[in-house]
Amino acid sequence: MRAAVLVFPGSNCDRDMAVALRTAGADVTMVWHKDTNLPEGLDVVAIPGGFSFGDYLRCGAIAGRSPICRSVIDFANRGGFVLGVCNGFQILTETGLLPGALMRNAGLKFVCKSVGLRVETTESAFTSGYAKDQVISIPIAHHDGNYNLSPDDLAALQDQHRIAFRYDANPNGSVDNIAGVLSENRRVLGMMPHPERAVDPAHPSADGQPFFASLLEQMATT
Amino acid sequence: MKARVHVMLKPGVLDPQGEAVRHALGALGYDTVEGVRQGKVIELDLSETDPDKARKDVDAMCEKLLANTVIESYSVEIS
Repeated sequence: MRAAVLVFPGSNCDRDMAVALRTAGADVTMVWHKDTNLPEGLDVVAIPGGFSFGDYLRCGAIAGRSPICRSVIDFANRGGFVLGVCNGFQILTETGLLPGALMRNAGLKFVCKSVGLRVETTESAFTSGYAKDQVISIPIAHHDGNYNLSPDDLAALQDQHRIAFRYDANPNGSVDNIAGVLSENRRVLGMMPHPERAVDPAHPSADGQPFFASLLEQMATT
Repeated sequence: MKARVHVMLKPGVLDPQGEAVRHALGALGYDTVEGVRQGKVIELDLSETDPDKARKDVDAMCEKLLANTVIESYSVEIS
């Protein structure tokens, strides 16, 4: 599997993401935000966490309009797999590849801790390694994870089983306890929790391993 | 000319920061404050001299970048 990890000024989970993907067996290329083209023959683009462009204007707003993101939108529209974690999720909503927006946490505090996540659907390359309703432990670290979207968009997500993960206990005010959502073709996933921080024996949890393993497995069969 | 853009959360979208400000004002004794909404003001210096064109340009800038119209509304003043 060939993966690209995007790097913006202020990204700080890019190397963790690359390590998680490489550990699972992927061939990873780091791609700078000013590049206009993604590498050839790519299977997955990962947009990492951090504070791209210092969160100026809105989280993910400036990164979402960067040259490389135009290529990511084309890649996703051609059926490519895209993963956005934390700031990456914020960027995906800003590009319009995923619905809704991520607002300041309802409690106004930056929340950094491991949380219980319920796997709501196994029908995606990212979640097929889990059992439905399985609760996994994955860290969150964000100030703006309060997912908000219109009632119509929420109903669409629910009806199409596009809510990938829900929080067991809502840490940020997110609507319907949503922690991660899928695109209509189920190939774009945005999530606030950090699966790349739960893959190593030194991490408090290894519950992120099946996430990357199933992605690799899916790529091997397509 | 100059443009001033006001960006506000749409009505009905909970504004946790505005709520925190309301609480703080209440703690200072301003108990007549029933609601606070916090937004942004963005000022632009433009080389455009035609106010209609300037407004059209700034509207496009708001749609493309300055506001996230999923949760925010905007208004533009040209002067």
